[in-house]
Amino acid sequence: MTTPRLQLTQITKRYPGVVANQAVSLQVMPGEIHAVLGENGAGKSTLMKIIYGSVKPDEGTVAFNGREVHVRNPQEARALGISMVFQHFSLFETLTVAENVWLGLDKSLSLPEVSASITGKAAEYGLDIDPARPVHTLSVGEMQRVEIIRALLTGPQLLILDEPTSVLTPQAVEKLFVVLRKLASEGCSILYISHKLHEIRALCNACTVLRGGKVTGVCDPREESNASLSRLMIGAEPAALEVRELKTGEVVLNVQRLTMTSGDPFGTDLQEIAMNVRAGEVVGIAGVSGNGQSELLFALSGEDRGAPVGSIQVGGQEASQLAPGQRRKLGLHFVPEERLGRGAVPTLSLAQNLLLTRRDAVGAGGWLGLKTLKAQAVEIIGQYNVKANGPTAAAKSLSGGNLQKFIVGREIEAKPKLLIVSQPTWGVDVGASAQIRGEILALRDAGCAVLVVSEELDELFEICDRLHVIAKGRLSPSLDRADATIEKIGEWMSGLWDDAPDHRENKVKERADAAT
Amino acid sequence: MLRLEVRPQPSARWGYASPVLALAITVMIGVLLFVMLGKDPVRGLEVFFWEPVKSVYALSELMVKATPLLIIALGLAVCFRSNVWNIGAEGQYVIGAICASGVALMAGPDTSRWIVVAIVLAGVAGGMAWAGITALLRDRFNANEILVSLMLVYVAIQVLNYLVYGPWKDPNGYNFPQSKTFEAVTQVPKLMQGSRINIGLLLALAGVGAVWVFLFRTYSGFAQVVGGLAPAAARYAGFSSRKALWIALLTSGGAAGLAASLEVAGPIGQLTPYVPVGYGFAAIIVAFVGRLNPVGIVFSAILMSMFYIGGELAQSRLGLPKSITGVFQGLLLFALLACDTLIAYRIVWKK
Repeated sequence: MTTPRLQLTQITKRYPGVVANQAVSLQVMPGEIHAVLGENGAGKSTLMKIIYGSVKPDEGTVAFNGREVHVRNPQEARALGISMVFQHFSLFETLTVAENVWLGLDKSLSLPEVSASITGKAAEYGLDIDPARPVHTLSVGEMQRVEIIRALLTGPQLLILDEPTSVLTPQAVEKLFVVLRKLASEGCSILYISHKLHEIRALCNACTVLRGGKVTGVCDPREESNASLSRLMIGAEPAALEVRELKTGEVVLNVQRLTMTSGDPFGTDLQEIAMNVRAGEVVGIAGVSGNGQSELLFALSGEDRGAPVGSIQVGGQEASQLAPGQRRKLGLHFVPEERLGRGAVPTLSLAQNLLLTRRDAVGAGGWLGLKTLKAQAVEIIGQYNVKANGPTAAAKSLSGGNLQKFIVGREIEAKPKLLIVSQPTWGVDVGASAQIRGEILALRDAGCAVLVVSEELDELFEICDRLHVIAKGRLSPSLDRADATIEKIGEWMSGLWDDAPDHRENKVKERADAAT
Repeated sequence: MLRLEVRPQPSARWGYASPVLALAITVMIGVLLFVMLGKDPVRGLEVFFWEPVKSVYALSELMVKATPLLIIALGLAVCFRSNVWNIGAEGQYVIGAICASGVALMAGPDTSRWIVVAIVLAGVAGGMAWAGITALLRDRFNANEILVSLMLVYVAIQVLNYLVYGPWKDPNGYNFPQSKTFEAVTQVPKLMQGSRINIGLLLALAGVGAVWVFLFRTYSGFAQVVGGLAPAAARYAGFSSRKALWIALLTSGGAAGLAASLEVAGPIGQLTPYVPVGYGFAAIIVAFVGRLNPVGIVFSAILMSMFYIGGELAQSRLGLPKSITGVFQGLLLFALLACDTLIAYRIVWKK
């Protein structure tokens, strides 16, 4: 019998107030691609940090290649042959690829030697990358390649990948899988952390499922269905959403020729964005993050007022120069992607956080009606099933999903004519996600115009009537959901929708018209 | 081994306990200091903590010193809560004093008593204008308000020196660098006979209520506080950060100017180079020790006032230099910052 590459036995880790891992055991064989599946907050990250030495377990043992080890820090982990690629990259944007990799290696090599070995590894695994390019010029997929090459250069026996596909186009995901399969065939074990069921079933040959810090199942994902895996992951199947017929009304949001320079030096400039959203429909914007979504949302919400005059109309009224509060009076409400710090003030109570976008409790002379405010918060907490310690609980004391439910509730209860939602279920558990999507659809049926910006294609396909794709600051034409396929959207995500030459000529002509 | 561990939630209890513990540590280090200087520590503590409160007169003197500290610190609390770091209240105080004196010097023997209103308003306007320079530079050119406001303190002091050594020097003042003594009519009305407490104390207490209501019960106060706590959320809500900047600086500048006018047209009674005694800087400590809360600031202003009086007494009773006041102020702020760690962390014993 082969010795397992990694064997965790009865690992327990407690934090003040929560048990992150409880008696978790996990076994990874050499050359195995082992999935760790679980919802947000199931304890996946803590477990990986224990393996990688950045967190010490309270109980239990870790054995690597049959020998018990006490990994005290990531350096020791790397010396053992454990490498990790984090979800959030740790790269210096102003340095080149080679310099970034060099920083992470021991100092015996010179920079040209590092460049040479990067080119070597890149060729070996088909990870095309130029070591001399500065990191800020790379796409997100390319940055991930840099992280993987950096990990590979340490010659790992176990590679840990944390949610590696959350930032990739479907095509880039395919490419990544080829690399991972090749690595595994050479004997390297891979721990693949994800909550995306289809990816796990396509890639992995073993799977450990976590729920609430405990192991709820060990299986071979190739023999499981999405339904059986999600039952292990969440305990029950989420309620399916019914899709109703479309009854669209007049145009509520009209965006024309929105061209704008990003305020962020590493941001994406918007070019000629054109779209509209009618009452009673949900329009989705797909795309890998960092392609202009945040700039577009800043322009639509009024947080950035650099949009050209006449480029944004809300309910038939020119709105491009209006402040967020004035747009809210036109019926535009917005749920931002960042809940803590933007959608809500972390240290203030839920009741106080209502005041960010709602003025119903503000009396004459700007006097605050604290009782009204509290009553409103209590109502939203009850109606949207928010798990919170009452209306006085600080926003930051809520879990991501519950805070999102509260913020969505706050905006929906304001009776908007146009609701813009960014990443509605990002980092939200499956049950809450289904609820939030249900609320969005109910709002649509009530005749509200809804614009959803999301990275999750599954989610967009589920709730949208029409789809756009944003890539490199440009917005694709709209596509009815019936005509949209994952492949097509994936292709458009790389910006390839107007390769036809006549289309491009039209664009040039349009610009010339605009200039005169 | 002792280790710091993050609390699951910041402790509300330690929010209150931390200033008390900081005061205890300050006293302890103070005792040590007295011993090292060869003074009787009991006598030292008596000078700082008993003498300033032992009689009605002493108490009234305590209030005289606490009033300007309280007024300036209230303004700073609004400012700091908005995440605007006005370090130059001292400069705004000086310009406020100059403007108030300018009006007071115009008074003759038969001027109406209402000139006091003009004096106070001139002080407020002066402080606001001086803070307005900082606001303008920050608004237009994104200049750092910490540096600008601090540097303007030294400019203000030079303006003061120019006036008292030059145009405003009292011709009958034996060439001392000071203005002539203001007419009696310019005196801010006193609250009672035999003490130096004037209506400034009432204004300060009204200010406590006003700032508390503004911060915690009005929409504009909410917008102001959100701008400080989470700038991105303020932007999302549509609260103007420029408006918040101007409100913050004009409020704190105006408060400093108000405090200054009450001083020059009150206990001092003329313009001298010794008008700035560091109230503007001490008020920063007062604001923080009071947790930027108007009610808390009342207590910290009294405490800081004790240090001022204690320092003066230490000079005459113990033969210690007056700068002992500064040492105590510094110790208190330093200890407070250290103790605040306990709000978010707890100490655990681990092998």
